[in-house]
This record gives sequence, structure tokens and C-alpha cells, in this order.
Amino acid sequence: MKVTVTINGTAQSADIESRKLLVDFIRTELGMTGTHIGCDTTSCGACTVLLDGTPIKSCTMFAVSADGHEVQTVEGLKNGELHPLQVSFKENHGLQCGFCTPGMMLVGKALLEKNTSPTDDEVRWAISGNLCRCTGYTNIVKSIQAAGAAIEGN
Amino acid sequence: MYPPAFEYWSPKSLDEALSKLQELGHDGRVLAGGQSLIPMMKLRLAAPANLVDINNLTDLAYVRADNGHLAIGALARHADVVDNDHVKTISPTMASAAPWVADPLVRNRGTVAGSIAHCDPEGDWNSVMLAVGASVVATSTSGQRVIPIGDFVVDFFTNSLAEGEMVTEIQIPRPTGSAGGAYLKLERKIGDYATAAVATFLDLATDGTVSNAGIALTAVASKNLKVTEAEQMLIGQTPSPELFAEAAAVAAAACDPESDVRGPAEYKRAVINAYTKRGLAKALAQAQGGAS
Ligand SMILES: Cc1cc2nc3c(=O)[nH]c(=O)nc-3n(C[C@H](O)[C@H](O)[C@H](O)COP(=O)(O)OP(=O)(O)OC[C@H]3O[C@@H](n4cnc5c(N)ncnc54)[C@H](O)[C@@H]3O)c2cc1C
Ligand code: FES
Ligand code: FES
Repeated sequence: MKVTVTINGTAQSADIESRKLLVDFIRTELGMTGTHIGCDTTSCGACTVLLDGTPIKSCTMFAVSADGHEVQTVEGLKNGELHPLQVSFKENHGLQCGFCTPGMMLVGKALLEKNTSPTDDEVRWAISGNLCRCTGYTNIVKSIQAAGAAIEGN
Repeated sequence: MYPPAFEYWSPKSLDEALSKLQELGHDGRVLAGGQSLIPMMKLRLAAPANLVDINNLTDLAYVRADNGHLAIGALARHADVVDNDHVKTISPTMASAAPWVADPLVRNRGTVAGSIAHCDPEGDWNSVMLAVGASVVATSTSGQRVIPIGDFVVDFFTNSLAEGEMVTEIQIPRPTGSAGGAYLKLERKIGDYATAAVATFLDLATDGTVSNAGIALTAVASKNLKVTEAEQMLIGQTPSPELFAEAAAVAAAACDPESDVRGPAEYKRAVINAYTKRGLAKALAQAQGGAS
């Protein structure tokens, strides 16, 4: 089936099998490997992308269902310079191996769009569908809050 | 993991979807949020020949307060009922359950109606619906029927939809008096299914007696279990801790949990007992205008 998905602002068209998952379309068809596959069983959030601005697990959506929609991946964060979230994750040691990081940053982005000064609880609640196996959540929470403060400061 | 191949249909209107489902009959399956169906397909637990994707039927993405009831359209996501004013006003039981279904990412995609149609005995919504006496609106090319939730949930992953029918709306009746409700769920971590959970609902008459009561259990039987006997014990009575304890004992006796990774059967039974008592107490406090 022929689909057109707008990825990070660019319309991408391809003829794909209906069973192809959105994450595979992004990684193998488009060669954008920032979106990770962790569990492949809808449990970890490493594959998080924003679908029309809302975070979802791209390992649990068919690419054909994204036809006509807008998808943002971690590659779309940087706009000339690093996004405040990317800066704050770097400055606050919000990552170690980096596997969960794209998902954490995209969930953070969706959260900060509604509220630039979330409490600890609000951040922890927002990222509760995303697992990190190495950094520990404290610095991730700090990073998202620091990015919020930076966005507010601008 | 690649799911098995299937033929994909993405109707742009409800009429188109219903015609497609009618034409495909047994070979057609609705794809809603995909948060249960896609994982099952990846594990080869499901291999539908055709998927009719209803995600373009945006007219069905509503949560509305209609005259007699709260109406949830087939495309309302779990996230749409979290912190929703209509839900909070009409169904405290549902409002209490909403934040505890799956995790935030799954809630952004999965639908309430899809979860109800799925009939997973570990799913949360069917207990809520059984406790509050909800109805399911099933639609096909030949019309609509309104199915009481008790008749809709047949068994383990089995609903009473006929071929060519889909769920288009869930209806939750407005309480007649002062009502309260709770959904108490024991889960090991966010995103886990319930170890055990209890949905409670109380509607009080002006004299303070119970005019309507609902108790239903999650993950402790082959389907979500409505404990009619315990409900009947409450109706017409003046609520009291003793009465709630008796009803909780009946609920604990009625369930049939299995020992698994989430805990031994006897533990789950004890949780059902404690949560039924606690849930009824919460429902009562709320109905009497106290803290929820
Ligand atoms: C990590 C994870 C954790 C989860 N945790 C929980 C939890 O704690 N509690 C809980 O209750 N659920 C949980 N779920 C399941 C989740 O709630 C699903 O969203 C839900 O069970 C199915 O809804 P869906 O819209 O995703 O349906 P789909 O997956 O699209 O469909 C499920 C089934 O219902 C049928 N169906 C869907 N919509 C309709 C319709 N309108 N008419 C007729 N048939 C229809 C489909 O054909 C399919 O057979 C979890 C899922 C995941 C992945
Ligand atoms: S890879 Fe999608 S949730 Fe883990
Ligand atoms: S940084 Fe390694 S999983 Fe989070």
C-alpha cells in the first residue's frame, strides 16, 4: 500500500506492506535509527515517537495507519542548534547508554508543551511508560525540568 | 517481530466501515488502538486475514454527557477519559480507574471501547462497566442494538458481537441519587495488568439507604466478575462497615483466582476481600459528600 507520512516536517512516501510496523518503517525504510527498539512488546517506550504531537509506541502501530499523519522522531528535535531538552540531558547527565533517551526526550517535549514547570511527580507520571535501565530516573526528571526552565527563560 | 500478513482497510466513514465488516464477515476484524491486537499478532496469538482500521472515524472520538448517560465513542482513547469533567461528574468509578489503565503511552493510543470488546479478564474497564451497569452500542449495516454489559462479556476474550457488528458507543447511566465509586487496583508497576482489582459503585437514596450498588472484580476469574449476590446484600440497606465486610466476604468467596507470577490464589482472594471493603467505604464517603 502506498502511504505518505510527514516525518519531522518532510513528507515521505513509500509503498509498504500493511504489516510493517511504524518503527520498522522509520528505521529500515527511512534509515533514521534514532527511534529505538527495546522490547518490541509494547513495554519499554524506547520506540516512542510523537504522532500528531502525542507520544505513542511506534512498535505497536502499523505504518499504514500513519498515512496522512505527522510523526516526530528524536531527529526532529534539533533545529540548527540542539533543542533545550538535548542540552539539558547533556548537562544534567540525563543519559548513560542512551537507549531510552529518544523516548524520554519526546515524552518530555509533549509534557513541556503543556506545562514548562512540571513537578517531580508530574514528570515521573509522564515518563512512567518509559523504562531506563541505567541512568536512574532522578537525572532524567531533572533534565526535563531544566529544559522546561530553559524554554520558559527564552 | 513481524505480525502475520493481512489485508488492510481504512474506511473514511462509519458507513464504509460497516459495509466492509459486513462484506468480510468472519474474516474481518476491527483495528482500534491496536494496543492488544498488535502485540497478539506479533506473538502469533492472532492472525486476522483482514483488518478494518477505524482510526479515521474521528466522529467517534467523543466523550459526551448525553441526557440519560455518559457516552463514550468507539474512538475515545483511554487518555481522553483521564481527568475528564463529564467522566468525573457522571461516573466516579470510571474516573477512579482511568489513570490506572496501562501506561501513559498505551493510554494515548488504546481505546476504551476496544478494551471492552477485547474481554481480557485482566482488563480494567469491563469491571468498571459491570459495576456501573453500562451498555454497549453495537452497530452493523442492519442497524443498532444496545447490549447490557453483562450480556456483552461472554467469557475469556469472548464478546457477544455478531459478524459484521462493531462497538460504536459505550453508555454509562447517570446515577439517580448521590453516588460514589472507586476502582482499587493492585499492580506491581505502572503498565502492569492487575494482580487483582475491585470496582465499586454506590447510589444513595435521599434517606441515605443504598438504592443501587455495583461490585465487580478484575483478574480473578475467566472473565470480569460481577458479584450480584454481594450487590443485592447492599441494596435497600443503610450502609455500615459491618455490611461492607459481609459483602466483601461474599466477593472473596465468589472469585476464582489462579496462582501465577503476580501472586498465589489465596493472596489474591485476600486482596479482593480488603479492596472490596475499602472500595465500598470510599464510594460511600464520596456519595455522602466527603473526600473521594
Ligand atoms: C504495556 C501494556 C499494558 C497494558 N495494561 C493494561 C491495563 O493495565 N489494564 C487494561 O485494561 N488494559 C491494559 N492494556 C491493554 C490496553 O488497554 C488496550 O488498549 C486495550 O485492551 C485494547 O484497546 P485497543 O483500542 O488498543 O484495541 P485493539 O488492540 O485495536 O483491539 C482489541 C480487540 O478488540 C476488538 N475491537 C477493538 N475495537 C472494537 C470495536 N469498536 N468494535 C468491535 N471490536 C473492536 C479488536 O478487533 C480486537 O479483537 C495494556 C496494553 C499494553 C500494551
Ligand atoms: S520497543 Fe516499543 S515499547 Fe519497547
Ligand atoms: S540511559 Fe541507558 S536505558 Fe536509559
